[in-house]
Amino acid sequence: MVARRVVITGIGVLAPGGIGVREFWELLSSGRTATREITHFDASPFRSRVAAEADFLPELHGLTDREIRRMDRAAQFGVVAAREAVADSGLDLAGLDPYRTGVSIGTGVGAVSSLDKAYRAASDHGRLAAVDHTRAPGDLYDHFVPGSFATEVAWAVGAEGPATVVSTGCTSGIDSVAHAVDLIREGSADVMVTGATDAPITPLTLACFDAIKATTSLNDDPQRASRPFDATRRGFVLGEGAAVFVLEELESARRRGATVYAEVAGYASRSSAFHMTGLRPDGRELAEAITVALDEAHLNPSDLDYVNAHGSGTRQNDAHETAAYKLALGPYAHRTPVSSVKSMIGHSLGSVGSIEIAASVLAMRHHVVPPTANLRTRDPQCDLDYVPLVAREHRTDAVLTVGSGFGGFQSAMVLARPDRSTA
Amino acid sequence: MSARTLVTGIGVAAPSGLGVEDFWAATRIGKNAIGPVTRFDASSYPSRLAGEIHGFEPGEHLPGRLVPQTDRVTQLALVATDCAFEDAGLAPGDLHPCDMGVVTAAGSGGFEFGENELRKLWREGPKHVSAYQSFAWFYAVNTGQIAVRNDLRGPTGVLVGDQAGGLDALAQARRRLRKGSRLIATGGFDASVCSLGWAAHLAGGHMSTSHEPERAYLPFDEAASGYVPGEGGALIILEDEESAAARGARNVYAEFAGYGATLDPRPGSGREPGLRRAVETALADAGCHPAEVDVVFADGAGVPRLDREEAEAITAVFGPLGVPVTAPKTTTGRIGAGAAPVDVVSAVLAMREGLIPPTTNVEPSPAYDIDLVAVRPRTASVRTALVLARGRGGFNSAVVLRALD
Repeated sequence: MVARRVVITGIGVLAPGGIGVREFWELLSSGRTATREITHFDASPFRSRVAAEADFLPELHGLTDREIRRMDRAAQFGVVAAREAVADSGLDLAGLDPYRTGVSIGTGVGAVSSLDKAYRAASDHGRLAAVDHTRAPGDLYDHFVPGSFATEVAWAVGAEGPATVVSTGCTSGIDSVAHAVDLIREGSADVMVTGATDAPITPLTLACFDAIKATTSLNDDPQRASRPFDATRRGFVLGEGAAVFVLEELESARRRGATVYAEVAGYASRSSAFHMTGLRPDGRELAEAITVALDEAHLNPSDLDYVNAHGSGTRQNDAHETAAYKLALGPYAHRTPVSSVKSMIGHSLGSVGSIEIAASVLAMRHHVVPPTANLRTRDPQCDLDYVPLVAREHRTDAVLTVGSGFGGFQSAMVLARPDRSTA
Repeated sequence: MSARTLVTGIGVAAPSGLGVEDFWAATRIGKNAIGPVTRFDASSYPSRLAGEIHGFEPGEHLPGRLVPQTDRVTQLALVATDCAFEDAGLAPGDLHPCDMGVVTAAGSGGFEFGENELRKLWREGPKHVSAYQSFAWFYAVNTGQIAVRNDLRGPTGVLVGDQAGGLDALAQARRRLRKGSRLIATGGFDASVCSLGWAAHLAGGHMSTSHEPERAYLPFDEAASGYVPGEGGALIILEDEESAAARGARNVYAEFAGYGATLDPRPGSGREPGLRRAVETALADAGCHPAEVDVVFADGAGVPRLDREEAEAITAVFGPLGVPVTAPKTTTGRIGAGAAPVDVVSAVLAMREGLIPPTTNVEPSPAYDIDLVAVRPRTASVRTALVLARGRGGFNSAVVLRALD
């Protein structure tokens, strides 16, 4: 039996600096940054006070008052991005067997902003030792267990097949799409609506990253605060947003004349099994994930046109990741453009992997590699071609995108044109 | 790829028993483990019962440095995992770390830890929030900590789908094996017996307000009035058949033979709930005729509308009174992501003993055409078991387990 090949035929993005695919790509290809002083709440008591916020008014994106009340901000992002993706795909989901359409949505921290609000309301801002449940919102259970994100997306698109939330921390956005690919390949679904969403710019998230100094201290220059691979990098900048895709089997996509953006050709995840926040410096597990993903795609390192990096901008990550590329790609680590869009849109934890899949696919579509903004000072540990400051026109038919996160999660995905020649 | 997926190790942390032996001794006779909440002062809430794990001292099982870094749910998960690896008889060096992975289900993550940090944040300010909050609460914590403690460097996964997530994790583990891994530690855990967790359960609207431990959680009973939350879960070692044979696995409990999942239609659609379709998909995946199924481990929501939906789905597939049905989770309460993996443990032990554990405390309602194994256990040859799990938001998952010859 020939394995079913799975392709992306619809994209929806909601990111800092732009809502919708068009605005998102304009930002990335311009090299502008969407990082700024935090406006969602008073961040003055925090060590890190910069984030990439999305200017999102749910009322303007087709959500009803009831939906807005019921859903966490991240769930709202997910539904809006899912609707854009389905519209973009041109698929009439209502005309398909709903049991054959599934949903896989990634999130790192779920409904953390709603939980925080609920806690404040029900504890009278922490004054009550035991919370007063009568002051908690009626939808608290759906924030407590963020499986609700998958339900909301499924309801929005009319899916009744397999549905789940994938929550592997900062690799959720890659792993959720990979899960969707598995379901189509094995025949459990014909169409998957998949991606990831997160809205982690909240006091609790900020406070815990402050405590381990993972987020940037570059508060004085917000637009230049996210500096992946730069010698002066000081940690990541929180972001928020969602990206959602329509996935289907290649032959059926071709039969209906769909726009095929890319094939999800290879994927692997590995655990570094080392430490919850620390990484082995050699990058061996991430390198193995990359090698296995390339094998599954039947591609060699020389076939890659672009590496869409995790590039979070922490001292540890960027060196770890560079080491992993050298291990996995050999000389091609130096010959392939590598860039981190987190320099522009920040790090939205569980959703950024899907947003970066969108960036990778758009790079293929336009044959333009988005830049690493703010990269001005060379770090001897980071000595690859990171496409500093300015986007680059570059023939792009195959892309590697990676993620790395707390808990030791390492994921790699290969996206490629389905009509490529294979190794 | 055609090699079968086998259950070769089990570990459990449940209100009815920490460790498989104690758990099964209580479960096989339907010994109630629901009681008054002791982990926090629940006197101001309308619901005051829980399935708690009593006498669990994390420091007796785990290194001292791990205890302050972890929520209770992770401590329980790590201990159950230790038990499962011991049960599997896996010696260091038997398998390469890269050939072993971990996939777990989570519901609310390290929620009690998170509530404590929220309290510090709003009472004392951001500088008092623990550095460990950055990894102790999120949904991926158990998979990450299990991987670190057991040096599992292969594929990972974390799924969230309320109760159904516990079966979805096992199915994802099987996919990892089919892609070439040799062993996956899988299962699910939940623990939310804390004040904010309680507010969340109450907001869900299905929590029982009975104060009688034996009368509070009664699925398929005319007196069903909601559920009681429990804590804990189970860790299942799944192995590729050839790999298990090659290392001489000593315990082979059952084959993980089939799986199916659906999501219910949007409320008000008038369409049939998805459970029947999930069951049919799982049976077809296992190549199993309904007549071959010897027992169904029901989800047992304890909410009349949901009990009816489940009974109707079972009847639609198996016929009226067509198969013994049980819900031993009446002894523990509903454990979120941990519930279905605990039922998988019960199912493989039912096969081993030839005994269906009872649905304790329940007097079956005549309104449902199901053969509920209530109050007393039933001696029966159990060769094939179906485990069901449903989650809030409409998740339906079904797993078929089959005894090996």
